[in-house]
Amino acid sequence: MGDRLPRLEDERFLRGGSRYVSDLIATSKALRVRVLRSPHPHARVVTVDASSARTLPGVVDVLTPDDVVSIGDLPCEWAAPGMAVVPLHPVLARDRARYAGQPIAAVAAETTHAAEDALGAIAVAYDALPAVADQEAAIKEGAPFLHDAVPDNVAFRFRRTGGNVGRAFAEAGIVIRRRLTNSRVSPAPLEGRVVLSDFDTRSGRLTHYTSSQLPHTHARLLAGCIGLPLHKLRLVAPDIGGGFGAKLGFYAEDVICAILSMRTGRPCAWSEGRSESFLATTHGRDQIQYVELAARRDGRVLGLRGRVLADIGAYALGMGPGVPSINTGISVTGPYDIPHADIEIIGVYTNRTPTGPYRGAGHPEATFLIERLMDELARELGRDPAELRRVNFVSSAAMPHRLPTGFTLDSGDYAANLDAVLALAGYAELRKRQARLRAEGRYLGIGLATFSASSAASPSIAMGAIGFAMTGHEVARVVVHADGRATVFCGAQSTGQGHATSLAQIAASVLGIPPNDIEVVEGDTQAVPLGTGTFNSRSMAVGGSAVYEAARRIMQKARRIAAYKLERRTRDLSYEDGVFRPRVHAGATATIAHAIKGVVQKVVPLVFKRRSGFELPTMQRSADAVTFAEVAREAHLGHDLPLGMTPGLDETYFFDPKDVVFDYGAHVAVVEVDAETGHVALLRHVVVDDCGRVINPLLVEGQVHGGAAQGIGQALMEAVVHGGNGEPLIGGFNEYAMPRASDLPLFETGRTEVRTPINPLGARGVGEGATIGATPAVINAVLDALAPLAVTDIAMPLTPMRVWRAISAARGVSAADVGERDLDRRWSTVSRSVD
Amino acid sequence: MPEVSMSVNGRAVRGVVEGRTMLVDFLREGLLLTGTHVGCDTTQCGACIVHVNGLPMKSCTMLALQCEGADVTTIEGLAAHGAPLHPMQAAFREHHALQCGYCTSGMVMMAVDIARRVAEPDEATIREELKGNICRCTGYHHIVDAVGAGAKAMAVSQT
Repeated sequence: MGDRLPRLEDERFLRGGSRYVSDLIATSKALRVRVLRSPHPHARVVTVDASSARTLPGVVDVLTPDDVVSIGDLPCEWAAPGMAVVPLHPVLARDRARYAGQPIAAVAAETTHAAEDALGAIAVAYDALPAVADQEAAIKEGAPFLHDAVPDNVAFRFRRTGGNVGRAFAEAGIVIRRRLTNSRVSPAPLEGRVVLSDFDTRSGRLTHYTSSQLPHTHARLLAGCIGLPLHKLRLVAPDIGGGFGAKLGFYAEDVICAILSMRTGRPCAWSEGRSESFLATTHGRDQIQYVELAARRDGRVLGLRGRVLADIGAYALGMGPGVPSINTGISVTGPYDIPHADIEIIGVYTNRTPTGPYRGAGHPEATFLIERLMDELARELGRDPAELRRVNFVSSAAMPHRLPTGFTLDSGDYAANLDAVLALAGYAELRKRQARLRAEGRYLGIGLATFSASSAASPSIAMGAIGFAMTGHEVARVVVHADGRATVFCGAQSTGQGHATSLAQIAASVLGIPPNDIEVVEGDTQAVPLGTGTFNSRSMAVGGSAVYEAARRIMQKARRIAAYKLERRTRDLSYEDGVFRPRVHAGATATIAHAIKGVVQKVVPLVFKRRSGFELPTMQRSADAVTFAEVAREAHLGHDLPLGMTPGLDETYFFDPKDVVFDYGAHVAVVEVDAETGHVALLRHVVVDDCGRVINPLLVEGQVHGGAAQGIGQALMEAVVHGGNGEPLIGGFNEYAMPRASDLPLFETGRTEVRTPINPLGARGVGEGATIGATPAVINAVLDALAPLAVTDIAMPLTPMRVWRAISAARGVSAADVGERDLDRRWSTVSRSVD
Repeated sequence: MPEVSMSVNGRAVRGVVEGRTMLVDFLREGLLLTGTHVGCDTTQCGACIVHVNGLPMKSCTMLALQCEGADVTTIEGLAAHGAPLHPMQAAFREHHALQCGYCTSGMVMMAVDIARRVAEPDEATIREELKGNICRCTGYHHIVDAVGAGAKAMAVSQT
């Protein structure tokens, strides 16, 4: 543990030996499935006629809404607490299509081309309805309703209050008020969703390969939908080409392929096209935040209040409603000691693709909210944004600290973490350089963001309380083979994080054998029957801890076997480099114990001979050393184990943490804005994260780089854009700007390491942190650059056009004037509609 | 249906394809070379890059029939089975330049081409040259490191 070990799984990938679901499909004779989708954001589905499609060459089966009436809707795994009505996503649209891209029918054919041709032959009569284009439109008077049972389009109202926020605002010396938008983005893993479902009609067993972050949960949900008992279902998630939350949802295509395979008796395969992915896979973020921050003139923040409109999309799908309610609602105060808070999250249905978790899942939205306000407060007070943050941090001495909105910060040192990032960035020098460049008429911006985000959602007992129909634990099984090599089975699911290396490192360091001697198995409910999966940066903190504990139990047993072999007490052994040895200076009691063990071991052969008539062979008992491999062989054979010990080195451990653990970090982004074109050049991006105990620094860096890139992408270029009637305007990477190599700098990373007491490793999450911090850091940097022009807000993404317009407006009219008027108008709109 | 023949990783291959079959589908489904992946279908992401007659090509946008008589190299052809990794593959491993691995074969094939054209590519050159390859996992940092190191190693192994 702690070694910068290159990944054990890489060579296979680099030689072209990947095993993604699509690779399994390419080498199979599976029928190819294509899905017909609604072209309308909102329409009545009058008739679906597949009679001519069924007759086309190569077509084996067509699934229409009439064929799935007995099939369950897609369950919602995380409804917001108190959500009375939960409109579920049907497998195929029953009577209405509520977003463009919603599945209407599906074809299984001998080839992809035949399936595609058949889609065109399915006649669907639609009756187009007026659509709800966004969450503000959804709550306007006269808005059409998506669900008859929800006659105001409001999915839930989730309010968290702590302290006395009214008094905080009454006593405030300054109040910052903003309407912030956190745009809709696509997780866009490079591998879309892929399914290969194979039903064996004779045994009644279904083997279902799917690109999933939650194999066990998805097995449970699939079995429920199609009415298959779980012991007849094997769900396999092999190599996964990225997830980022998109593969947490349980989607229609899994059910469609399973049903088609059961109907046809053939394996059925579906691969999502990229343009299809932008319609059919959950989007992330999409909040409009009306927020106010109250502070004293000396910079001390007193209270936070606000109302957030979160777009749930057309249905409550997967973890959709839980993300903004719990994750945003509880995290809005960030790493700061803000005693009074009152936040209401209002989930709203719109005629758009359902939203779901996307790297950070609610925490980036909360962090953006508070970090924008902190920067604006610093600006209004003329304070340095780093100093303002420092005076408001929850101090390490005050931990554990209960947040006003719920949850408890476990441990951490935010000030030390901020100091580290400022030092790494050369913050003081940067400010001097900024002053010099400003004098030359250049716009250099320095943006700061700090964050604190709950990771490793747990314990299981608390999951129900927050509406989460999932487990909070993770399982690991460690098996040591007869030659001393080991296999680690874990319920976590790597989607690229490198568990084959990191979990092997954890087990290796406990077992005292090289990581290369350990194979990690995940993502197969036959090999790992129980488990949870990967989300909320939980793999190391929960899955890694489970591996650690299982391995520790293996070692306890191995040590007992070694002690028996060496005729010593377990505590009188040393274990180094895979070899047990008696300690030299173990004392007089050790010597006595040694003698007693020798006597016991002489008695066993006598008893055995009396009962069986056989002589036990004389066992080799080495006085000086026994290797781990020798112990493993003995444990396997069971010829000469301590009295009463069961054979085998095979331990399973369920780790259920006692609470969530907060990961935290600080970002400094440095940008230069070209005021003539609005182009933002990201010159530097500096991150210091604290993920507690580090298992592999190389992999942690990879997580930080990739996470930051996604946060930067949201800040500068990414957005899923819809037209005024909810029609999607994004059809692929031609329209959706993914960060490219030329858009990003080399990242500068550092680390502080405060180990959490919540798990035995002391590990915090790391996968999502950099995404959470990067977006506000970059946006704060751009606004810092434009401070001389009095530009105080630009809605993300900060494309050259938007930045240029903001600059132009600022140069024309007084920016404060324009911004305030606009804000006031919108504020009154939302207050009227919601109240 | 028309027949097509080409050389793939030094081996003469022949197949019957529909006219609309893309090169990547011929490689993956016809020849079972699944190391080359499809990330977008629209020439944007570069996961499908292979070498056709020595040039990097996006095989999702090239018909199999266009490659009649061509010399195609895929990720599987960079290092022979059992042989050590190609220097660029080794650099990707050493520098942790892959996470989910889905874009990796396209990245490596592009990187080999960059190294062949530019002797010692600097960071800016590598970033510019990789514009046609999307990676969602790594933020490109380690990929840029790997391409620089791999190019250096390729230059050494040629001399």
